Amino acid sequence: MVLDKKDNMVLDKKDDRNVWEKIGDYFSANSIWMKWYCTGCGAIEMPPTMTSRFDMERLGLGPMATPRQADVLLITGYLSTKTLRRVIYSYEQMNSPRFIIAFGSCTINGGIYYDSYATIGRLDKYLPVDLYISGCMPRPETIMNGFSGLIEMIKKGEAKGWKHYQDNYEWYKKNQLDSLGKIIVEDEFHE
Amino acid sequence: MNVMSFVYGFLVLVGVFIFQTTLTGLNRKVTARLQKRYGARWYQQFLDIFKALRKDSTSHGWVFDFGVIMALGGIMATVIFIPVSGFQAFPGLDNVFVISYLLAVGMLGMAMSAAGSGNPWASIGVARALTNMLAYDVPLMIVIFTMIFAFDSSSLSEISAMQQGMGILGWNAIRMPLGGIVAIIALLGMLGKKPFDSFIAPAEIASGPMVEYGGKHLGFMFLLHEFMTFIEVSIILALFFGGGATIWEYMLKYAILYTFTNIISGVMPRFKIDQAVKYFFKLPLAMAIIQGLVVIFTGLGVTLWF
Repeated sequence: MVLDKKDNMVLDKKDDRNVWEKIGDYFSANSIWMKWYCTGCGAIEMPPTMTSRFDMERLGLGPMATPRQADVLLITGYLSTKTLRRVIYSYEQMNSPRFIIAFGSCTINGGIYYDSYATIGRLDKYLPVDLYISGCMPRPETIMNGFSGLIEMIKKGEAKGWKHYQDNYEWYKKNQLDSLGKIIVEDEFHE
Repeated sequence: MNVMSFVYGFLVLVGVFIFQTTLTGLNRKVTARLQKRYGARWYQQFLDIFKALRKDSTSHGWVFDFGVIMALGGIMATVIFIPVSGFQAFPGLDNVFVISYLLAVGMLGMAMSAAGSGNPWASIGVARALTNMLAYDVPLMIVIFTMIFAFDSSSLSEISAMQQGMGILGWNAIRMPLGGIVAIIALLGMLGKKPFDSFIAPAEIASGPMVEYGGKHLGFMFLLHEFMTFIEVSIILALFFGGGATIWEYMLKYAILYTFTNIISGVMPRFKIDQAVKYFFKLPLAMAIIQGLVVIFTGLGVTLWF
């Protein structure tokens, strides 16, 4: 585990895959199924990216209905502390290899809600973000560009956020609990 | 039934997988062009399946895991019994009844596995899928029973052989036009194409039976879907469009029929499940019954029209 001066987790991007993982990553890179976590305004940029103007299916990208089926969790916009819990549940339901793409300035540093008591500032304290797409909000061109970036990262074996999450689970869990407080289970739906 | 039957059966499975998956990929492109998009690569469906098989997956208990294997096994066994332009792994066993009973093993496996995941969306999806099956099966079965009564045979290869050699006029879809229309509408329901896709509606019930599948389980379900599509299109092709004298003719006809269903699906909205049942029990059922009465009482269609 490596932390920088501001207590950020530094993701290690060394390529340590074997042959089978490289073959598997070829398939992973060319077929990406997404689950959109539509909290903020960013979700409105996804339909034009998907439909005939920009057509993301060209790159093998497509939407999926549940986190179980998805490879990429898209966090489109600011996260309140209440929705962070749902994001964590969704992420932990996904099957590895799994990736996170965070949209917009809100997930990087809080954006225009940086001083709110109810939103979280930096998302990568709580979940391992593989790629940020900056902008407020990013245009469809930027989103396509970001996805091509993720495809390149998966091909080169750099998108290893899910391994980091497994290896440094205590660190992430501690941050999550600091922000959310203890979960008191009262019924079968965990609240 | 000897060793060659099993070798042939294996080759059929590999061939069907490659053929149907390529066709699904091409049809994704057709759908994209309908929507004025460029569309996915033609081999995208292979990438999707291998990607899914590569991922880790989550189990939800013994029933969930076993159901997937049972469904895939049942469906793959059914594929071997389908006659492809006169080739058969087990000659004489290509009966409509054998195939529909074997198909039930796969269907029940899928329902069991989906219900075993414990997710309410999955149960709703399975309930809708079975209701949908009830809706399209009644008109289709009336037409198929009429045909079995008229031709005195229930073998797929015999019925398709009877239609060959007379060109397009020999096809049962032309000889029994109402029955042909019912068959095509029922094929849309069988394949889960729009407007009869309420049981896998992604935005309403989170893809229904597939809701808890991920990774390898989902990969198996995709494989199963390819095989199931082959069985359903092949049954309609053999009974109503004369199968194929050669394997190339068979593949061409198959591709045209499947692409046709996809084009219809591309421009349709979605029925609610009760609307789908009401639809099937009105016009298609009436057409099937009229076709049955015509064939039984006048003999038109069994003998050629002219």
